[in-house]
Amino acid sequence: MKPGERDIIIRTVCRLLVPFVQLFGLYVIMHGHSSPGGGFQGGAIIASSFILLAMGGGYDEVKRRFSLGALTATTSAGVLLYAGLGVVCLMLGANYLDYAALPVSDARSVGMLLIEIAVGITVTAAIISIFHDLVTFE
Amino acid sequence: MRYLHLVVTTLTGLLLIMGSLGMPATGDPDSPPSSHVSPRYIEQGYKETAVPNMVTFVLADYRSFDTLGEVTVIFTGAMAVLLILRGARSEAEE
Repeated sequence: MKPGERDIIIRTVCRLLVPFVQLFGLYVIMHGHSSPGGGFQGGAIIASSFILLAMGGGYDEVKRRFSLGALTATTSAGVLLYAGLGVVCLMLGANYLDYAALPVSDARSVGMLLIEIAVGITVTAAIISIFHDLVTFE
Repeated sequence: MRYLHLVVTTLTGLLLIMGSLGMPATGDPDSPPSSHVSPRYIEQGYKETAVPNMVTFVLADYRSFDTLGEVTVIFTGAMAVLLILRGARSEAEE
């Protein structure tokens, strides 16, 4: 086994775990308004699945799957989605971030879900971005 | 001058301990945190938002501006790390 190469057991277990970790992260985000959880926690779980993948199979393999520009854009997109929802509420004639104005049933619940998703996107992309910068820094 | 730090630290510590002695007892129903907006959130929160998780409806609905700030902090953190580490690398390459 070459130095820096992981044992096949570690590689396989990490790969097997990742989909379940990501599914659990999505669950934590989507159920943030009805059970303990939310965007911050779920985003951290999803980002940690990428870190697990990097620990199991080496970071080069993970890095090939996303571009740095897209990562930075996604970090910004979450904040934009959050602030944009506030502006949508303004357009509908209510106060900033007053989701009660959204034209759906249980509007405040739906607004909170959208916000949790936006927070989750930002946290996921930010943690992966920080991880990338720290790993590839020389 | 050498002992100035010790004196300042001890004084600050004493001040903080004195301050903590004036804190209301844990779970005191008459303490300021549980007598202003908390009863309103607890009594009306579910009726108004249809969300059973109290932590979420306070954070994401009533205190939405605060959460927007938190997200911006995370975003700023990621951008700061990006600027410092990636910026240092592109300087090293030149």
